Amino acid sequence: MYTGPENSYLKQPRGLKSWLLTLDHKRIGVMYLTAIMFFFLVGGLLAVLMRVELSSPARDVVSAELYNRLFTLHGAIMIFMFIIPSIPAAIGNFVLPLMIGAKDVAFPRLNLASWYIYVVGSLIAVASILQGGVDTGWTFYTPYSTSTNSAVITLTFGAFVLGFSSIFTGLNFIVTIHKMRAPGMTWFKMPLMVWGLYATAIIQVLATPVLGITLVLLIFERLFGIGIFDPAMGGDPVLYQHFFWFYSHPAVYIMILPGMAIISELIATFSHKRIFGYKAIAFSSLGIALVSFLVWGHHMFTSGQSELAAMIFSFLTFLVGIPSGIKIFNWVATMYRGSISLKTPMLYAIAFLLLFTIGGLTGIFLGTLAVDVHLHDTYFIVAHFHYVMMGGTVMALLGGIHYWWPKMWGKMYNETWGRITAVLVFVGFNVAFFTQFIMGSQGMPRRYYSYPDQFAFLHEVSSVGAYILGFGFLIMVIYLIHSLYRGKPAARNPWGALTMEWEAASPPTTHNFDKDMKLEHGPYDFDRVEVEDEEMVKA
Amino acid sequence: MSSESLSTRPAHLQHHFADTYQQGDAARLGMWVFLLTEILLFGGLFCFYAIYRSWYPDMFINAHRHLNVWLGGTNTVVLITSSVTMALAIRSAQLGKRREAVYNLVATLLLAAVFLIIKYFEYEHKIHLGQLPGKFYTFQGIAGSNPHVFFSVYFLMTGLHGLHVIGGMGVIAWMIQRTRRGEFSPEYYTPLELTGLYWHLVDLIWIFLFPLLYLIG
Amino acid sequence: MAHDTHTPHILPLWLYLRIGIALLVLTIVTVWVAQYHLGPWNLFVAMLIAVTKGTLVAMFFMHLKYASRLYATVFVGALLMLTVFIVFTMFDTMYRDKIYEFEARPISDKAIIYQQNPTSSETPDTASAGAASPASTPVDSGH
Repeated sequence: MYTGPENSYLKQPRGLKSWLLTLDHKRIGVMYLTAIMFFFLVGGLLAVLMRVELSSPARDVVSAELYNRLFTLHGAIMIFMFIIPSIPAAIGNFVLPLMIGAKDVAFPRLNLASWYIYVVGSLIAVASILQGGVDTGWTFYTPYSTSTNSAVITLTFGAFVLGFSSIFTGLNFIVTIHKMRAPGMTWFKMPLMVWGLYATAIIQVLATPVLGITLVLLIFERLFGIGIFDPAMGGDPVLYQHFFWFYSHPAVYIMILPGMAIISELIATFSHKRIFGYKAIAFSSLGIALVSFLVWGHHMFTSGQSELAAMIFSFLTFLVGIPSGIKIFNWVATMYRGSISLKTPMLYAIAFLLLFTIGGLTGIFLGTLAVDVHLHDTYFIVAHFHYVMMGGTVMALLGGIHYWWPKMWGKMYNETWGRITAVLVFVGFNVAFFTQFIMGSQGMPRRYYSYPDQFAFLHEVSSVGAYILGFGFLIMVIYLIHSLYRGKPAARNPWGALTMEWEAASPPTTHNFDKDMKLEHGPYDFDRVEVEDEEMVKA
Repeated sequence: MSSESLSTRPAHLQHHFADTYQQGDAARLGMWVFLLTEILLFGGLFCFYAIYRSWYPDMFINAHRHLNVWLGGTNTVVLITSSVTMALAIRSAQLGKRREAVYNLVATLLLAAVFLIIKYFEYEHKIHLGQLPGKFYTFQGIAGSNPHVFFSVYFLMTGLHGLHVIGGMGVIAWMIQRTRRGEFSPEYYTPLELTGLYWHLVDLIWIFLFPLLYLIG
Repeated sequence: MAHDTHTPHILPLWLYLRIGIALLVLTIVTVWVAQYHLGPWNLFVAMLIAVTKGTLVAMFFMHLKYASRLYATVFVGALLMLTVFIVFTMFDTMYRDKIYEFEARPISDKAIIYQQNPTSSETPDTASAGAASPASTPVDSGH
């Protein structure tokens, strides 16, 4: 299928076995990318199915029970199988060693193991469909999750296994960043992508084990009735929520931090300007990682936790706004008076800036105790987290995929179609989800398959937005796959970027670089380094 | 970075590292990060323990009297001794004394087995009396509300710890094999060192479990 | 690329043995102390001894005293996060339903808006307020 240079990592060595047993971080990254994109497709189709059901107040295509199973599976697939591994394990795996001038991650075998564990965990989780699905929502709240007779154990065990894959990736990245940097690359000469991945990895290793033990406790509660979450036996269902959100709130930052990491690269490269406030952006990543562990209780304002805890968590939640705001302002300041080229990745970066700001600010609404009582469990929160997760992380992921596509495959995609799609995705997304803010503030509860007639118009509009979004993704799949066969060969450095991965061939050879790498200029020294012209190609 | 040329690269040095020191440093840091995840894995159970002890302080005191302090104490001594022999095994490897290292590792393995045997007798006694977690709890005679929760905590914490002991024994057995084959030298003994770190953490967790479960009142 | 240490620390045999003996002695002490009923101090003493033992194991057996500061940071970071987890969860579990013990009362007894009859100078009777709701804790800041 693929035609490219003979000595690239894609061609050497040959054969299916050489892929399945590969220790090359680039191949593992590509394998991750394939797997997560498959699950993104599955999760997306489930979402479209839900939007079809919701396009009118009546029961259209699915029953109430099936609808419960749909949103549970949509949530679980999108969170555990798509968005958590998406940027770190797929894009990060590919670019991190290249960006720091290393030959590979520190533990290549662990890296491969993490991919296999991911696949096995995903298969276990998906097997829950064969047992009739799960109807608890992706959060598996007790006491319902311990009393429903749907396949909770299978799905949670799948998530438990997936946790190990996430831990292995995080562990690998921490060690790689600490120990494998090329000579001359001090901490403050690392690309900001690396800082973002570092902060992500810290959260992954600190939070994920707690999810592991939580899901084990849940499974034991179901199997053996150990009584920890069962009020009839002196236990406490709210304790489950503490355990779950101690992981799952930081997990939200596992999802967004790498997105922010990509945005730093895109904004600097396509503004052709030294990034504004390098250290502020770097430290705000670590700040977000730290604060992420102190705010989980804001998911539990209406669950019966103590008022003291609720006030502390609400107060701490506002702190998240500070580092996030620092990043946004620094990116905007970088663009100011930059020489901006609106290539496809930059369009996604700008979409990120707009959408993430909306998502972040509505998060402040929800973190406010009294307002949350009104808004909790409505479409407002659905819209909020889709603005952060999809408007934030997925936009960044798409930007990243387009940005590193030439490096990954050695081929250029069609720029015109790329731009058209970016606009379609942006419009479709806003139509689908901004309407949900309005519905939510009017009291439309989440997780209902039917609703009063007053919401009919907005739901219909939201569904149309989802179809536009789906259509956009369809075009993207077509032109990206087309580029693999018919795309123009990519230059070594098609965007004129200054980070180290662009010094490798496109696509890189198996050992990444032809020489031992050494830092010669900072990642954003656009003011003093001239990118050679023959490296640039016109799109 | 002092790149050693291919001819001088030792067999244990992987291709993507510049030299042995970089490889060793990476492995050690990786192990410490792994230990961090272990601490937080147990952390969930420690949190479980803390909350229920604060809710049912009297029941915890009454229930813990049914644990055998002497068996628990003996196990503490056994595990600490095994930690000493583990540390000595690494010291022997550092000095290049292969036979001594093997003896120390075998001693560690045997002590771990003793720990599990004692644990087995403790478990068997409790199963016999019906002092079991949650719905399996059939014992009469512990005053206070929900005594079964104490045994949920007890079995979960010691059970997870026991699994770590079993896993550690497997690794130690493998290390005995590798040491006997002469794979380690004063220049390269990283796997042994990492095994030691893991084993000391298992010991460290027990150092906290023992007073928290056996010495409450 | 900064390497931590190029030469391994080979500690003397007697150090390992002394640490081992110290750990065994501390084990005996903690069992011995637990025979006395000290109320909440039992937990404190037991944890103090356990932390001492843990520190000895980490510093000498796990070589934290001699190895890179980074490993100690990782280790302490894990313990800090664990502390956050337990303490923050207990902010909830220890204080549930405490809000029902509070009663509505003036933010400031002296505020003019609460004085319906400024001429009669009748201040709220703290004693009777306390009797009406034994759980509340009236604040008599004015006196």
